[in-house]
Amino acid sequence: MIESRLHGGAAHGSDEVEAADKLSVTDLDFYYGDFQALAGVTVGVKERATTAFIGPSGCGKSTFLRCFNRMNDLIPGTRLTGRITLDGEDIYAPGVDPVDLRRRVGMIFQQPNPFPMSIYDNVAYGPRLHGVKKKARLDDIVQQSLERANVWREVKDILGRGGLTLSGGQQQRLCIARVLAVRPDVLLMDEPCSAIDPTSVQKIEDLMAELESEITIVIVTHNMQQAARVSQFTAFFLQEETNEPAELVEYGRTAELFTSPEDKRTEDYITGRFG
Amino acid sequence: MNKRVTNWIALGALWAAALTTVGVLGTLLLYVIINGIGALSLRFVFSAPEGVRMEGGIWPTIVATVYVTGLAMLIVTPIAVFAAVYLAEYARQGRLVGTIRFAADTLASVPSIVMGLFGLALFVEALGLGFSMISGALALSFLMLPIVMRTTEEAIRSVPKYIRWGSYGLGATKWQTVRKVVLPAASPRIITGIILATGRAVGETAVVIFTMGTMINTPMLPLDPGRSMTVHLYILAMEGINLPAAYGTALLLVAMILGFNLLARFIVRRNRRMMG
Amino acid sequence: MAGSERDMRDAGPGAPGPREPGSGSGVLRQTARSQYLKESSLRALFLACASVAVMGVALIFLFVGLRGWAIFAKVGVVDFLFGSTWLPTEGEFGIWPLIFGSFAVTIGALLLGAPLAIGTAIFLSEVASPRVRSILRPAVELLAGIPSVIYGFFGLIVLRPIIADMSGGLGFGLVTGWLILAIMIVPTISAISEDALRSLSPGIREASYAMGATKWQTIYKVLVPAAKVGIIDAVILGMGRAIGETMAVLMVIGNAPVVPAGVSEPFSTLTTTIVLDMAYASGDHRTALFGMAIILFLISMVLVALVRSLSRFGKQVG
Repeated sequence: MIESRLHGGAAHGSDEVEAADKLSVTDLDFYYGDFQALAGVTVGVKERATTAFIGPSGCGKSTFLRCFNRMNDLIPGTRLTGRITLDGEDIYAPGVDPVDLRRRVGMIFQQPNPFPMSIYDNVAYGPRLHGVKKKARLDDIVQQSLERANVWREVKDILGRGGLTLSGGQQQRLCIARVLAVRPDVLLMDEPCSAIDPTSVQKIEDLMAELESEITIVIVTHNMQQAARVSQFTAFFLQEETNEPAELVEYGRTAELFTSPEDKRTEDYITGRFG
Repeated sequence: MNKRVTNWIALGALWAAALTTVGVLGTLLLYVIINGIGALSLRFVFSAPEGVRMEGGIWPTIVATVYVTGLAMLIVTPIAVFAAVYLAEYARQGRLVGTIRFAADTLASVPSIVMGLFGLALFVEALGLGFSMISGALALSFLMLPIVMRTTEEAIRSVPKYIRWGSYGLGATKWQTVRKVVLPAASPRIITGIILATGRAVGETAVVIFTMGTMINTPMLPLDPGRSMTVHLYILAMEGINLPAAYGTALLLVAMILGFNLLARFIVRRNRRMMG
Repeated sequence: MAGSERDMRDAGPGAPGPREPGSGSGVLRQTARSQYLKESSLRALFLACASVAVMGVALIFLFVGLRGWAIFAKVGVVDFLFGSTWLPTEGEFGIWPLIFGSFAVTIGALLLGAPLAIGTAIFLSEVASPRVRSILRPAVELLAGIPSVIYGFFGLIVLRPIIADMSGGLGFGLVTGWLILAIMIVPTISAISEDALRSLSPGIREASYAMGATKWQTIYKVLVPAAKVGIIDAVILGMGRAIGETMAVLMVIGNAPVVPAGVSEPFSTLTTTIVLDMAYASGDHRTALFGMAIILFLISMVLVALVRSLSRFGKQVG
């Protein structure tokens, strides 16, 4: 097992004073039943910045992402050891409410997944869950969220229509609006652009750039150009042997990792030599 | 060439099998419609049978049938839907779930006559509910339970897991997710299942004959007895009295079943269009 | 490198009370007790509802069993099951003629109905164009919904006179029963067989066609063997339906509690005897009727168990 070189999230090759870590992972192992999917991951995610997780498919980066909002809890037989903190607090500490955690750590999935209800109700779903009842307040939240998700202009006249009637790319932005409506601190994006059309990809990358100043974003992608475009930090994951756990190979500022990777395997991957 | 001849003959036989099946259905329906249509009139539907030859109408039996199946539907729906929610959303595979499924399968295959005797022994006699709408409805609800449970569970399972994740990801609890997202998304198919199960209950004879009796009576209260349309048809046919009334009753029964089927189909189709 | 091992299970219930979104970061919340209680009591309620099915089977066993077991004790299991005389008013409680009748009518109906149903299923799954299928399949489903008393009525009024003309008797008997029951089990067998066929992966069809097989060769050399377990399940469940069928059979078999001398002679089954005798039976006679219901219940349970173990077996093989 290779020790990840960087602990606590200090990016290599940088003298700047870094922002604090929003999320911090220490020595994380993750298991599906008897199978160990991740081993010894230690990494930090910077606040109000975008971090990309890259690597070949099946290398556990989505699994890792789902540890941050405890979505893996929903899969029976999963288990983890190690520590993940949000603002310095252990999110797996006994008694911590995963439901409340997921409100603060929102998630966008690979497959756009609007609920089978109107566009308005999709966005209002979260706020309603959490007790917002006033129509005027909901109207505000819905409009604001759709605007921030870069989809307001397309749907403002059809808010009553079913969310599933939209195109795939619009659906994905609707899902982003739905998450923004509960005002999360962190936005996890699990290959959000792999199932949608290119124009929508552009719109999603635009909105990510706008959100960056206010929200911490973690994006899993196997599109390296996208990682290079949208992120300030990148982590490269690799599973070297089948049936062996994946691990974090290298982490650093995106610009540096893509131009002068320190690890041979990272270099091989980004130059397209395998994966 | 031989191979092709065999192929044609075999495919012809398959066509014949399917057409026979459907032909029988067509003959049955046509026969009932042609013979029953003459007996139908407002008076036949809305008045009570009179005299030993059961002249007049069948209104009390229609009321009894609608009453008992409606009541059974009200009893079974919440139980079956919650049971399905448990199996599809909460339960982990294990001995308990295996037992529940085996019980549901068994219940689904219990002969209706056995269900009738069970209703007689438990509801009519042991619980002292007598021959009544409530006894009939309780016995019928055991008959309907596995049907509604199965269709509801399938409906819930067909809701994509991505949609659930979306809800959990927004900080919804399990019950919030089930109630606000999963059940609404599954509801057209759940309703279809309930309608089809109710249709089965409408056509049931052996269960109701031993739980609500054979007395012609327009039931008002749940403890009132009554004769269902199916029992009425059985008695008219076996005693050979008033055949036109038997045809008329058969036609109304078939029309109700047909109605239930078309309604279920309509809901499925409309939903398919809406979901894209 | 701290890190305690934690078993991660269900998300676990719990969301704290209303909070305006956007109240920013703060400490992680603990699961609220009230919410935890709410979620776990709902879970308990759902489990209770699911247990109603188990309770139903237990209650049927208990109440039908309670009323019926005494006949086994009184007459003796062997004399009850295999006694050849059913004269309950004179204390003769041998139900062999009824068991014979039930099985005779069921087996004949299966021999007629199963090929028809399996043929229909293969047609719908493999031969019919989507358009033809969209018309025929609802029709077969509708056949399942027609009340058995209507089948019985049709058998009594239409089929019986035809059989009577051909055989010279009254037309009550096995032949009429077979025909009516065969049609009634078609939808059950056909629906399950069709599911089994349609759940086969499309790849095996293509592989067979690619080797130059005709459609029929593909069907009987590849598809039917592959769907074998499902089709056997279907026939077993059809058998359960036939043996438990009451009203339709009752109206066309003439109801005489004897082993019939010919295929157009009246006979009785377990189910029809229960319906007819229940109207006036008392004492041991009534107990015997409940005893027959126990036997019917056990038969249906055995058939269900058979299907379950078959499909488990099928999973191991395939």
